[in-house]
Amino acid sequence: MIGARALMLSLEKEGVKEVFGLPGGANLPMYDELYKSNIRHILVRHEQDAAHMADGFGRVSRKPGVCFATSGPGATNLLTGIATAQADSAPMVAVTGQVPVAMIGKDAFQESDIIGMANPAVKYSYQPRTPEEIPEIVKQGFYIAETGRPGPVLLDIPKDVQQNEGKFTFPDEVRIPGYHPWTDPDIPSIEKAIQLLMTSEKPIILAGGGVIISSAFAELQSIAEMLMIPVVTTFKGKGAFPENHPLSLGPIGMHGHAEANKLMTEADCVLAIGTRFSDRSVGTFEEFERNLKIIHMDVDPAEIGKNQTTSVAVVGDVQASLRIMVKMIIKKSMKKSDDNPWSKHVNEVKDYWRENLKLHPGEMGAAKILRKLRELLPKESIVTTEVGQHQMWASLFYDVIQPGTFFSSTGLGTMGWGFPAAIGAKTARPDVPVVDIAGDGSFNMTEHSLATSVLEDLPVIVFLINNYSLGMVAQWQRTFYDRRMIGIDLKKCPDYVKLAESYGAQGIRAQSMDELEKAIKSGLNSDVATVIDIPIDPEEDVLPFVAPGTSLKEMILPS
Amino acid sequence: MWAILSIKVENKPGILFKVTHLFRSRNFNIDSISVGVTQDPKFSRMTITTIGDEKQIAQIVKQLDKMIDTIEVHRLDENNTVYRELAMFKIKVSKPEDSMEINKLASAYDAKIHDAKKESIMVEITSTPHQIAAFEELAKKFGILEIARTGITALQRSKH
Repeated sequence: MIGARALMLSLEKEGVKEVFGLPGGANLPMYDELYKSNIRHILVRHEQDAAHMADGFGRVSRKPGVCFATSGPGATNLLTGIATAQADSAPMVAVTGQVPVAMIGKDAFQESDIIGMANPAVKYSYQPRTPEEIPEIVKQGFYIAETGRPGPVLLDIPKDVQQNEGKFTFPDEVRIPGYHPWTDPDIPSIEKAIQLLMTSEKPIILAGGGVIISSAFAELQSIAEMLMIPVVTTFKGKGAFPENHPLSLGPIGMHGHAEANKLMTEADCVLAIGTRFSDRSVGTFEEFERNLKIIHMDVDPAEIGKNQTTSVAVVGDVQASLRIMVKMIIKKSMKKSDDNPWSKHVNEVKDYWRENLKLHPGEMGAAKILRKLRELLPKESIVTTEVGQHQMWASLFYDVIQPGTFFSSTGLGTMGWGFPAAIGAKTARPDVPVVDIAGDGSFNMTEHSLATSVLEDLPVIVFLINNYSLGMVAQWQRTFYDRRMIGIDLKKCPDYVKLAESYGAQGIRAQSMDELEKAIKSGLNSDVATVIDIPIDPEEDVLPFVAPGTSLKEMILPS
Repeated sequence: MWAILSIKVENKPGILFKVTHLFRSRNFNIDSISVGVTQDPKFSRMTITTIGDEKQIAQIVKQLDKMIDTIEVHRLDENNTVYRELAMFKIKVSKPEDSMEINKLASAYDAKIHDAKKESIMVEITSTPHQIAAFEELAKKFGILEIARTGITALQRSKH
């Protein structure tokens, strides 16, 4: 059988039901076999969108999403999407066509050294030179993409390798000598961690994206409730813990909740789970770790000590480690009540900020419209975001109730990610509503995915918070550059209602709360994508704000 | 701080690129690097010397270990390791007595003479970087025309 056929059979063996992609010269043999297979092809209008769709699919299903692109520009267009998945540890298998083996290095038409270019942005990559290698690299690729700390894997397959005949044997097991993603839970360290938590006076839990990746929601909640420890999250970890829970303080960081940032800086001990202590979450590294004992639980040993000095390190899958922790706490009956000064203080601070944080006075202020969205969305709905002010408002004002239903490009911060990722999420979960909380600047980057959404029957809602500008940049220019506004004005272009309609989607402009409510309800009942264009005050800032290079203590608050 | 890292990798194309790229993208330094196949041709051994503080070196080891193509990564204990580098010097001969003096210097450092010509002598020295630096210092007075060095290679001593 030819290599392209071996590829399709191998993908089917891995349980792949759909691929996102765009054909071209160097992957035509693959597409010819895709035509003959049962795998669904979801056509995109730009390869970057295919990568984001695969990423969204992978984060929601926790199985690698698959994207296809041709060689040269097709492959380079995937790069931003691959780097986004790598930065957020999302499982993905990207398959690119390559020029024939004999043409590699000859600057052939549509040749690019995608293996070299993608190297720092992938978890691993393969370029098979014979068709016989294909089944094994598919098996290994999926295994690497989805185990340990997940990430993107690139399979770059020269055209002649796709076309040549070879013997097809799909391996039963994976053997990679230098890859050992599973380590046994470190029981002595878990014991030490419990001891440290029990003896500290002001403990806090910091839940990161790792909790969501390993679905350790129940374990996290048990520990928080048994020991009465308040929970903050990173932005990537938003929704690792129900945000309507009495112990929830919400995300910390540059645009964290005021109460979360304040209490994080007052804590004397943190149980940090599945987080890499990004600068956007913790501010300056030195100030964050001052007077703070850090228990760091992570599947990736290289994260221990990278940005912070740890008191106790627990390496291993966080769900496995937390399970043991829960058992130990139960066995030793170490439950705690909230009758202590720290718990009382936490509640006071939380209540104060929930009542006193000044919000935008207008009818269509960010907090009001996002709370309206929350009110009308079923709790199992999946939300993605773009990157910018709307993203940070979503972090502040959209409470995630069901854990693991909120996804964003948090690491690379890729504008344009949210909409195709929402389409990928809808592919994985057609049974739940999917909403992309968007800004106009970001939506511009991938709005052509409306075609895919409409034609492939993957209806999602674009909740477009429209300030007719690159709002976050505008906020920085207002705050740090003395209002020297440049390069941020997008004017009223395009008209998003007409844009949506031109793709066969539904476009609704909502200029009042009534209109917004009707629009959201209409979107939830629509068979096609709905773009809700919500004009807001372009001068509204995201606050609180921790300026870059400063500590969480130095929050700028609404005046 | 100086550290010697011994890295066993799969003997496949592109691995050297990935290892050096890791140093670049993580903002680490490579002081020297040498690579060769092991007794099992499926694997190669890289010996990399690097400079950084304790925390950085611990990070380098962890990041290298995380790479899928690396089988083993060890930071060698300098006091318990035999490490050597080969260096070739082309040294200028300005007057007849230089030739004899260079020979004497070479034999003091267990170095070999190659290609002794009227105007230059090539010397091969295998030693520690420290000794090579000392030799270089002494050879300077004759005038050094060219140097080529291999970078360090190393093996840890056995325990028994």
